[in-house]
Amino acid sequence: MPNSVMNVVDQGGDRLVLHVGPQHPGSGHFRIIVTVDGDYIVDAKPDPGYVHRGAEKMAEYRDYIQNIPHLERPVIIDASGVTLPYVLAAEKIIGVEPPVRAEYIRMIMAELNRIISHLYWLAIYGIFLGHSTMFMWPMGDRELFIDLAESIGGTRVTFSYIVPGGVRNDIPINFKERALKTFDYFEKRIKEYEKIFFNNPLMAARTEGIGVLKKDDAIRLGITGSNLRASGVDSDTRKDEPYCMYKKVDFDIPTRQEGDSYARCVVRLRELQQSMNIIKQVFDLIEPGPVKQVLGGVMRGEPGEAFVRTEAARGTMFYHIVSDGDKIPYRVKISVPSFRNLIGMSHLLIGSRLADMPAIYWSLDYWPVEADR
Amino acid sequence: MPKKTKIETALIESLKKKFNTTIKEEYVKPNRIKFSTTSDNFRNLAQAVKELGFDQVISQGGTDYPDNNEFRVEYHIICVSIKKFRSIIFSLMTTIPKDKPEIETLIDIWPSAEFHEQETFENFGITFINHPRMEKLLLPEDWDDIPPLRKDFHLPGRG
Repeated sequence: MPNSVMNVVDQGGDRLVLHVGPQHPGSGHFRIIVTVDGDYIVDAKPDPGYVHRGAEKMAEYRDYIQNIPHLERPVIIDASGVTLPYVLAAEKIIGVEPPVRAEYIRMIMAELNRIISHLYWLAIYGIFLGHSTMFMWPMGDRELFIDLAESIGGTRVTFSYIVPGGVRNDIPINFKERALKTFDYFEKRIKEYEKIFFNNPLMAARTEGIGVLKKDDAIRLGITGSNLRASGVDSDTRKDEPYCMYKKVDFDIPTRQEGDSYARCVVRLRELQQSMNIIKQVFDLIEPGPVKQVLGGVMRGEPGEAFVRTEAARGTMFYHIVSDGDKIPYRVKISVPSFRNLIGMSHLLIGSRLADMPAIYWSLDYWPVEADR
Repeated sequence: MPKKTKIETALIESLKKKFNTTIKEEYVKPNRIKFSTTSDNFRNLAQAVKELGFDQVISQGGTDYPDNNEFRVEYHIICVSIKKFRSIIFSLMTTIPKDKPEIETLIDIWPSAEFHEQETFENFGITFINHPRMEKLLLPEDWDDIPPLRKDFHLPGRG
């Protein structure tokens, strides 16, 4: 049974080969083959692909609008994060510019999705470390942000809200008041998270100094997103190459120097606050106006190509779209952050203890479906 | 054609000085620098871009052009360690014939290309010479059809 959950092979001596996943309550749909010598991991080979669906190939059969719900599938918990760069690239190919108000609304959705995604990650990390309260709280608070996003996008997770030429519809009239009320509540909750989880000696014992990713290694291996920032690099696409209206808002890039699992957790916690700060500023900057440029007929791309990157919840999301002038793209290449962060997993696991595997694995915020596409 | 910034001009000029006419500049738009060259010269160009400070592969892939009977191999490189270069993406491209789809790996220059090259191998059948793991990554182990991102592979029921 090669695909069983725990396929144990005795290599003689003290060495055992363990297959963790691909159907595992912790790993998600992903297998990692670890060789242990006693309690220490001496080799770790990630084996992605269990949920590979050929999203890039299927995108060559759909037009620019049909591709929006399709390309949203790999990362449904960060649906706006994955569709925004696609739409930006499609707009460059089609040759349309969204209205300013739509750009701001896109930022609201992207930041709400970042919060939703980070809270999901935090909840699972809580349960990974055996802290069931930290599972319940973020999962419950996440619903508040889902409600906000639902009031804009119409569904709970897969919004298909950002479209070439703008966004599907305007935000509801009372949205600002509702959002500010939620933020007030959640800012208090962040302090409670710190108290019960981040300042908890048990949490610190499980994560501090565990899975240390040095700055040089992070850059060399191509690590991106919060994982890179936790290793002391203040790189964020929203600052490095601002898109939408990010150059108009003022926000910090949370970084840590330690590069361990704890640092990665703290960076994401700080990013929750920054995302709310961005949305609050957008409320002051946004002005009434149209939210969509109505495009008639079938959208056809000019022959050419577009390269777009944005900062999704897990790191830099990169799209390369090639058009030959047809109504469907000739080639869609998606480079997702989880796939690029995967290389760091073997690097961090080798030499650590088997008991630390969950703490390291989920601290990278690896999303198997995103990596497999 | 959009106006280049000083930083972009300096980067482009330094590469042109080194390679003269063996590389072709295909500047697309702001913050994007695209160069193409022959597959023999590709490694030298990559090495030169690495020496400029561009240290991460953000994406690597291929495109099938059946009319020309060739594959285009693409590397997209970003710079993380030098702040003033962070907005720029270098796109390096070369073409290789479909009859002999081979090119030397660049993972010794950019270790971050490892999984990307493996993915391009299984999706296009392009062999990266000296890559330690030219084996399936995302596709099922028992996949026995032609590599799926080639244009002559058609999705069942979609012609």
